[in-house]
Amino acid sequence: MISSLTQVPAPPVPPPMPAEGFKAPGVEDFNLPPIFEGIPVLEWFDKVSIQFIVAALFVWAFFALATKDPKVVPGRLQFLAEKFQGIVRDQIARDNIGPEFRKYVPYLVALFAFILVNNVFGILPFVQFPSFSHPGMAYALAAITWLIYNYVGIKKQGFGGYVRLMTWPPGVPAWVRVILTPIEFLSNFILRPVTLSLRLFGNMLAGHLLLLVFIFGGEYMLTVADDLILNVLSPFAFLFAIVMTFFEAFIQVVQAYIFTVLTASYIGASLADEH
Amino acid sequence: MVQGSLNMVGYGLSAVGPGIGVGIVFAAFINGVARQPEARGQLQTIAFIGFALSEALAIIGLVLAFAI
Repeated sequence: MISSLTQVPAPPVPPPMPAEGFKAPGVEDFNLPPIFEGIPVLEWFDKVSIQFIVAALFVWAFFALATKDPKVVPGRLQFLAEKFQGIVRDQIARDNIGPEFRKYVPYLVALFAFILVNNVFGILPFVQFPSFSHPGMAYALAAITWLIYNYVGIKKQGFGGYVRLMTWPPGVPAWVRVILTPIEFLSNFILRPVTLSLRLFGNMLAGHLLLLVFIFGGEYMLTVADDLILNVLSPFAFLFAIVMTFFEAFIQVVQAYIFTVLTASYIGASLADEH
Repeated sequence: MVQGSLNMVGYGLSAVGPGIGVGIVFAAFINGVARQPEARGQLQTIAFIGFALSEALAIIGLVLAFAI
């Protein structure tokens, strides 16, 4: 009894809070909030679709402005546009398509410019969201490419000839054909557009996710974590985010280039003469 | 306690193959340019196509890791 009276009641210990752990950024960070909520048609527009429209207008305006008043000695803008078109024409179209490349240069130039602008949105300050990290437009572009290379192939070779060219490689023993022809069919008609779109989409998603990890991680280490070592180390996370931004810039140009090169090489494969 | 998705381990494993493949592609490209520097332009296009085709496997792995 006495002991219980002399016992000082212990001050209530607060229950141990679960440590506010670092939540790694994931795909849900790519779901952007709607801009026009509740307005009938406008609510379909989010940041990504606006970026696509801006990119298309930018590409159109750039080439319209650059070629509005063409001179024999080009000015700066005209020189840039001609250089861009020249690279696509000589290094992408001519090398991959062959003698009939001239018809496809406009599509390839537009494709390269549109993808490039949309990818660079990923590191452009105040935009900083690569449009192709949402896969919709990548599927659409791959579908256009698929339609074009099948159409020109069927037009040039005839339907039977085209299917034969795509699935019946010459000089193969009969027992290999049992395996090879289904693989070629799958690869040329189904997997080509899938990989074409997923490559662009996956690269943009992964690159943006990488930047998010470094920047959110650095922010967490600097401000949230109650740990001096993490606070001191956080600038390195930001430093690496900057390094990865430059790497991202390189990847974005390479991906736009690869999409265009593969489109050209698919068209070239459809137009190829049988050997 | 480690939390996370086992998918990511699978993705890491699936990235090994394309990594080796991309290495082989660019090793061959460097060899080719070293032997014949004037063929650089043509080899570059071929190297990037090969790079893209082998990298596609890693990208599909990444997408599937998030999707499934």
